Amino acid sequence: MMPLVEIDNISKDYQMGEVQVQALSNVTLSIEEAAFVSFVGPSGSGKTTMLNLIGCLDKPTKGKIAVDGRQVNDLDRKQGADFRGSVFGFIFQAFNLFPVLSVYENVEYPLVMIKNEPVSNRKEKVLKVLEAVGMLDQQNKRPDQISGGQKQRVAVARALVTQPKLVLADEPTANLDHKTAVNVIRLMRDMRDKFKTTFIFSTHDPGIMEEAEIIHTLEDGRLTHSTPQPLSGKGGEK
Amino acid sequence: MIRIFKIAVRNLMRYKRRTLLTSVLITLGVLMVILFSGLSGSFKAMMIGQITDANLAQIQIHKKGYVSSMDSIPLNLNLNLKGYAKIEDVLKNHPAVEAWAPRIKLGGMLSNYSETTNLRLNAIDPEKEVKVCPAVGNRMTFGEKAQRKELIRPGEVILPDKLAKGMKIGLGDTVVLVANNKDGSVNGLNFTVAGITETVVGPQGKEGYMHIKDARDLLRMEKPEITEVAIRLNDFDRLDPVYEDLKSALAKFKNKKGKPVFEIHTWEKLSPFYNIARMIDLMSVSMKLIMISIVLISILNVMIMSVYERVREIGTMSAIGTTPGKIMALFLTEGFTLGLISIVAGNIIGLAGIFILNIYKIRFAFGRNDNLLLEPSISFTELFWLAAIVLLISVFASLEPAYKASKMEPVDALRHV
Repeated sequence: MMPLVEIDNISKDYQMGEVQVQALSNVTLSIEEAAFVSFVGPSGSGKTTMLNLIGCLDKPTKGKIAVDGRQVNDLDRKQGADFRGSVFGFIFQAFNLFPVLSVYENVEYPLVMIKNEPVSNRKEKVLKVLEAVGMLDQQNKRPDQISGGQKQRVAVARALVTQPKLVLADEPTANLDHKTAVNVIRLMRDMRDKFKTTFIFSTHDPGIMEEAEIIHTLEDGRLTHSTPQPLSGKGGEK
Repeated sequence: MIRIFKIAVRNLMRYKRRTLLTSVLITLGVLMVILFSGLSGSFKAMMIGQITDANLAQIQIHKKGYVSSMDSIPLNLNLNLKGYAKIEDVLKNHPAVEAWAPRIKLGGMLSNYSETTNLRLNAIDPEKEVKVCPAVGNRMTFGEKAQRKELIRPGEVILPDKLAKGMKIGLGDTVVLVANNKDGSVNGLNFTVAGITETVVGPQGKEGYMHIKDARDLLRMEKPEITEVAIRLNDFDRLDPVYEDLKSALAKFKNKKGKPVFEIHTWEKLSPFYNIARMIDLMSVSMKLIMISIVLISILNVMIMSVYERVREIGTMSAIGTTPGKIMALFLTEGFTLGLISIVAGNIIGLAGIFILNIYKIRFAFGRNDNLLLEPSISFTELFWLAAIVLLISVFASLEPAYKASKMEPVDALRHV
């Protein structure tokens, strides 16, 4: 079976003023469908860059990335948006909910603005994911009326409502206390079990990384370790 | 689209004070334009009505060359019966012409037996004249208690008020009018002063009135002649196209040298008030330009701020798959909605303002006319165009910020602090 994500010897360089910084260096790996994967490493190790590249938010300086069988290196702005809307769900460290929309409307947003789902289908889908994340009774509240943990649950629901193949979560627990963070990660894993969606998240919290089934460790932009070893991938240089 | 509109409204309400201030500013601009247009438009319409309905008429036809030398009242540039018949043929065949009236213009000497002064006279066919200038009688006062059936009868003269007052001539007095005919011979006749007329603005505003038959006797015309044909149209708003039609119809009449026999002018060419009317139009355009500037700058400012404050939000929208076109549509809708709220409020308050001005009845003086009542009004067509301009400028002002938002790279926007 073809992996969902195939990363082939990618590097990413940034220009910071006159200095060139290498955020990722010669990384090769693959991620299977319905996996629960974590990128770990200290701050500045390249976790966010890795997730941005997989999520088609950024382009590698070198190498190739294929997601769901499609080469994503050369997507233009609109193709990138369309591809992200159809394949990915995103969860952000700062939740990034739309403050002017209610919990229900935040979850409904991708169905309206991206999927153009008819009204009749929307309600059922939104209520289903809200129930799954335990936020059904909070659906009419605005983001500023709920707690951080609840916000991240709503973000999980928003990421899942379009039934994406892959959910990317960049430090989803960084703004939460440990207990809430563990709950959010377990919720994500439950959602993976329920919807068979692949989850990739980044973290530098050792308590959280234990929850992942596959852990890729990044240091200074290099993939130093993968536990357990991905089925069809290989680790980068040590 | 409804959802985009809903999100746009909520985003505007997110910054209530800023939205309110901007909306109030635009509303005030719209209000100013409506009040100015209402007041200046009604002033203009009233003055044009005064000039065309009580004096000049809407269109005049003369023998070629008359208007350029009209100050000397040249009797040798009168039209003969044959020429008048040709003009009548043209006017009869145009459905937009409601009425026309022949006039003789002459200059003469007026004597009250002790003093003499010069006077310009407008000799009219009263029945036809009131059809062309229905308000001409409103300028006149008559001695008779019962309403007169005719504006003027043979043997009567109506004198301008200032002249009558200066020469101490009253209603019912007998005066002598003396005039030279086109051959230079002098004739004088006695007339009874039947009425006094108020002067109005314009070159023909200080003329006295006499019956057209008396003018022919006084000028010893062997065959009837007229100086001008005054015309009234069914619809004043069609003045320009009807003028062009009549002009081309009259142009086919040539003299022996192959040059046009007649000339035709609208009131605009005959009255100096036309320049004032143009100034009013220019001021109205200036007011609209000021309003456009207010809308442009206010909405541009709000939308730039809005994009700047929501960079991360734009990044989130883009990251989860919102296309650049939809992000642009969202910000354009915000600008449009702000303009829409303002124009609706401006129109409602503006109409209320016009209603209040009509309740309090503004009176003013113009020239020697005092106690003129101003009745401001504004057409729905003008309100529609005003709304269209505001909405168009609102969208135009939002274009650059919306475009900038749609072009943001999600990875950079998400990193924005």
